[in-house]
Parts: sequence; structure tokens; C-alpha cells
Amino acid sequence: MITYALIFAIACYSLALLFNLYRVVKAPGVTDRVLALDTMAINAIAMIVLFGIWEGTALFFEASILYAMTGFVATVSFAKFILRGDIIE
Amino acid sequence: MELFWDILISALLVIGGIFGLVGSFGLVKLPDPMTRLHAPTKAATLGVGAILIASMVWFAVKQGHLTLHELMVTIFIFLTAPITAHFISKANIFRDWPAEKLPKPAGEGDWAVHTADADTSKGELAVEREKNIPHEND
Repeated sequence: MITYALIFAIACYSLALLFNLYRVVKAPGVTDRVLALDTMAINAIAMIVLFGIWEGTALFFEASILYAMTGFVATVSFAKFILRGDIIE
Repeated sequence: MELFWDILISALLVIGGIFGLVGSFGLVKLPDPMTRLHAPTKAATLGVGAILIASMVWFAVKQGHLTLHELMVTIFIFLTAPITAHFISKANIFRDWPAEKLPKPAGEGDWAVHTADADTSKGELAVEREKNIPHEND
């Protein structure tokens, strides 16, 4: 049962990442691109965790933590750059 | 008992998958930038939270050791998602809404997005300090 649920969740997140990729490539404004990249980082964390369950190892936590941190910092610096033209003033 | 844990983990995985998909679909589907901000920051965050909790329960039940790493990631994402949403909406206001189209904010001054030195509090502004120091020397 868990196997089927896992396959379902992986399929959902694959589709979600494809939607995000579409939004990154074809966006009406630059903020939409930044938002799509942020969502992509969050979905990638879910993907990494799902792959960790699939493989049955606890090796991938560190990767997901790193993704969470760098994704947050990247989004904030993108938004800051759009807002002020500079990241650290 | 085994069946109960299986159902719980499967339900969390399915809920997480559906919420993640809905969040990303909303990013494509919704009509304008400010509404598009809703879908990923709420639905996708909840979906990832459910997946991470499912992973935590799975490792606790199937491998017999409780790890709290996923809880850490969950808390981190739940803390940072509103901050990123706030920053992106500020960038949105800055790009798409000129100052005369926005309603006047309460109190004195204009919207923080459209004023030059809004991000630092008044006493710590570098410009203010430069203005004040020569006066003191005179």
C-alpha cells in the first residue's frame, strides 16, 4: 500500500515540477519567475525526501536541509535585488 | 497495528502529493501575479509538510529509530515560506503598482516600497549619520 502511495506522490510531484518549469520558462513577469523557482526548490525537497523513503536510507536529509536553506536565501536575494537593485546595502 | 501505520503513512503521502500538485497547478492557472502568490506559498508548503511528516513516521515505524531531522526541515519551511511570500509581494508592488495607484497608507509618509531609505530605522540611516556628524563638528 505504501508503495502505491509513494508512486502516486512521486508522480504528483513530477507533474508539479513540470508545471513549475513551464512557469519559469514562460512567465508574464520577473516576480513570477522568482516565485516559480522558489516553488521548484520546495518541490525538490519533497522529491528528495520521497526518494529517501523509496531507497530506505536516511542519507538524503542533509540534502533536503541544504536545499531548504539555499532555496530560501536565493529567493530572498532575488526579491531584494528586484526591490532595491542591490542585495546587501 | 501494522495496518494502522500503513494507512497513516499512505494517507499522508497522498495528501502531500495532491497539495503539492494543486499548489503548482495554481501557479500556472491563476490570473494575476498577486493571486498566483497564494497557491505555492500555502498549498505547496502544506504538501511538503505532509510528505516530511510521512517520512518521519515511516522511518520511526519501519526502521525503528525516530529521527527529528524532517521536523526541523518542516519547521524551517513553515518559517521561511511567509518571509519569501512577503518579499515577492513587495517586489510585485514595486514593479507593477506605481505610488499614485496605491491607497494612501495610515500615518505619515508613503509606502515603504516607494521611499528611498525605508529598509533601515531612522536613527541608523547612513545618510542621516553623514548629515549629522559635520553639524556636530561645526
